[in-house]
Amino acid sequence: MTSERRLMQGNEACAEGALKAGLQFFAGYPITPSTEIAEILAKKLPKLGGKFIQMEDEIASMAAVIGASLTGAKSLTATSGPGFSLKQENLGFAIMTEVPCVIVNVQRLGPSTGGPTLTAQGDVLQARWGTHGEHAIIALCPASVEETYYLTIMAFNYAERFRTPVILLLDETIGHLRESVQLDKYDKMKIFSRPRPWETPDKYLPYAAEDDEPPPMAVFGEGYRYHVTGLVHDETGFPCTGNHAAIDRLLRRLTNKILAHEDEITLYKETMTEDAEHLLIAFGASARSAASAVKIARREGIRAGLLQVQTLWPFPEKLIRQKTLGKRSVLVPEMNLGQYAREIKKVVSDKTMVVTLSQIDGRLFHPNKILAYFKGEEKHAEVL
Amino acid sequence: MSTKLKDLVQKPELLSGGHRMCAGCGGPIAVRQVLMGAPEGKKLVIANPTGCLEVSTTIYPYTSWNTSFIHCGFENAAATLSGAEATYNSLKMQGKIEDDYNFVVFGGDGGTYDIGFQSLSGVLERGHRMVYVCYNNEAYMNTGIQRSSATTLGAWTTTSPHGKESSGKPQHRKDLTAIVAAHNIPYVAQASISHWRDLVRKAQKAFSVDGPAFINVMAPCHRGWRYPMEKTVELAKLAVQTCVWPLYEVENGQWNLTTKVRNKKPVEEYMKLQGRFGHLFRKDGDREVLDKIQEFVDHEWKKLLRMCGEEEE
Repeated sequence: MTSERRLMQGNEACAEGALKAGLQFFAGYPITPSTEIAEILAKKLPKLGGKFIQMEDEIASMAAVIGASLTGAKSLTATSGPGFSLKQENLGFAIMTEVPCVIVNVQRLGPSTGGPTLTAQGDVLQARWGTHGEHAIIALCPASVEETYYLTIMAFNYAERFRTPVILLLDETIGHLRESVQLDKYDKMKIFSRPRPWETPDKYLPYAAEDDEPPPMAVFGEGYRYHVTGLVHDETGFPCTGNHAAIDRLLRRLTNKILAHEDEITLYKETMTEDAEHLLIAFGASARSAASAVKIARREGIRAGLLQVQTLWPFPEKLIRQKTLGKRSVLVPEMNLGQYAREIKKVVSDKTMVVTLSQIDGRLFHPNKILAYFKGEEKHAEVL
Repeated sequence: MSTKLKDLVQKPELLSGGHRMCAGCGGPIAVRQVLMGAPEGKKLVIANPTGCLEVSTTIYPYTSWNTSFIHCGFENAAATLSGAEATYNSLKMQGKIEDDYNFVVFGGDGGTYDIGFQSLSGVLERGHRMVYVCYNNEAYMNTGIQRSSATTLGAWTTTSPHGKESSGKPQHRKDLTAIVAAHNIPYVAQASISHWRDLVRKAQKAFSVDGPAFINVMAPCHRGWRYPMEKTVELAKLAVQTCVWPLYEVENGQWNLTTKVRNKKPVEEYMKLQGRFGHLFRKDGDREVLDKIQEFVDHEWKKLLRMCGEEEE
């Protein structure tokens, strides 16, 4: 087989990755800079027997995705800042009811309307804590068009494996970036689908599971009648607001089913980390700038290395602890005011200095800022 | 108040020229005609949800608006002005504010028919004194031409593509003007930029009522409809002459046809000028869709004639 290279946009790679993962349903609402994902799927999805619906708003889009997923369809919605905010209540509903789905947020500058065409990484913590109440979440963040394809597939795999919404955090730069990609190397990637119940319908307990696992999921319309509610519920799926032991079990399981599998979910790349004195930890578009800065710094004799985290949530605590051990400093370049840097600070040894390098002017993070830091000339650097 | 051209041109422009809406856009024409109907001596507070009008009239560091201006979220222009209007009333009553104000929303069809619909309905039910104007170009043009619930059956948009299995948008548009009228507010009207005197008069009425008023204005978009930019007003006129977009008002529950159409033209005369319907006119085009559109227009027109107490043709 000859390998095929294609020039592709990040948003297009996301749509293609979703189709590769077995996408059957898309509901969305136009919003810059994510609209291309909807436009591409409006054309392609119906041809593959899937369904595309443009909904009346962002809230409805998220709700439709949940409804579709309950019928067994792999489901996706795509949005950006303001739309991501509107989806938060239903995102919590999907977490509570354990409905697998993927939400793409192509980050733009916020808050509010902010800068619709300007790049940013301001939704890192919103992805973690945007919906109310105690919960865990999976969020992945690609730094190239090819990674967008790969991580979109992984987002579906994790959503199906753990019965949870998975957030794919792009930034405007990656969403609109065009790169040459070679996708056939992912042809043999494992595609995961939610486990189905093995009991007969009369014995099916929709929310019965081990303490750190999701339950198997029946499909609406296959004879398994069951109750789905955003209220706290026991194994039967029915509300249990008076049963505090059942509430405790449910909420701990919802978090543990993700946190206990940190190793399985942690995805990353690294360059020259081993002998590095200064470790850069970055994600998304700013990881590209960091990679470029590492190359230049090495030429100048500075021992820098890069750890690019692709899984932002659950927080890859083990990985960060291990990779930062013995480093003189950890530098975190982000297009926000240090959202991820502060998470890193929580787990890094006190002997290692953690520095946040920030840029929030709507432009791509510049490698020169990192080099300026090494020369002691960067004003947006803060030791945490 | 006069609707004579020589009087209207004397009025100061509240939306000044030099903004960056496309040449040949129907949007700013609708806005200027509505603002010509604004009462003199009163100040305006204008709310504008995100859309072409907001983006192109307020490019930093400039603004085209000679009024107070709120660029709010996409889904809540009507709710935002509810707060402004309610507070104004309170301050006015307490004697803390001297000037007289009117409150106006200019929303597109996306921000009005779809995501902003709940917010609009709330305003109508609570009875805030404001003029809500929908400049309707039948799709989300600012994000690059996606279908809305105002889009005509059969129209191409990027999210209602046409091909072997699809003839464009599969649904009819919803009748928002009638839905608004069902809220029993003092004044509701449907207007078109081609009938400027009619629109200015409707705006004058809308500004004069004590409560919510709504005007749905046909404002064609040559980028999204795919026609030569100089034909904007011609298309707006054809929409009226084919009864695709009839002009009427509902004043305190009384339906009234404001432009009578004799010998209405077939919808094809309006549609064949637009690239968004081009696929329907090809050799292998779906004639059934054209027939369905004509049938829908005929049906809606008859219904409107009955509502307005007019005799059927």
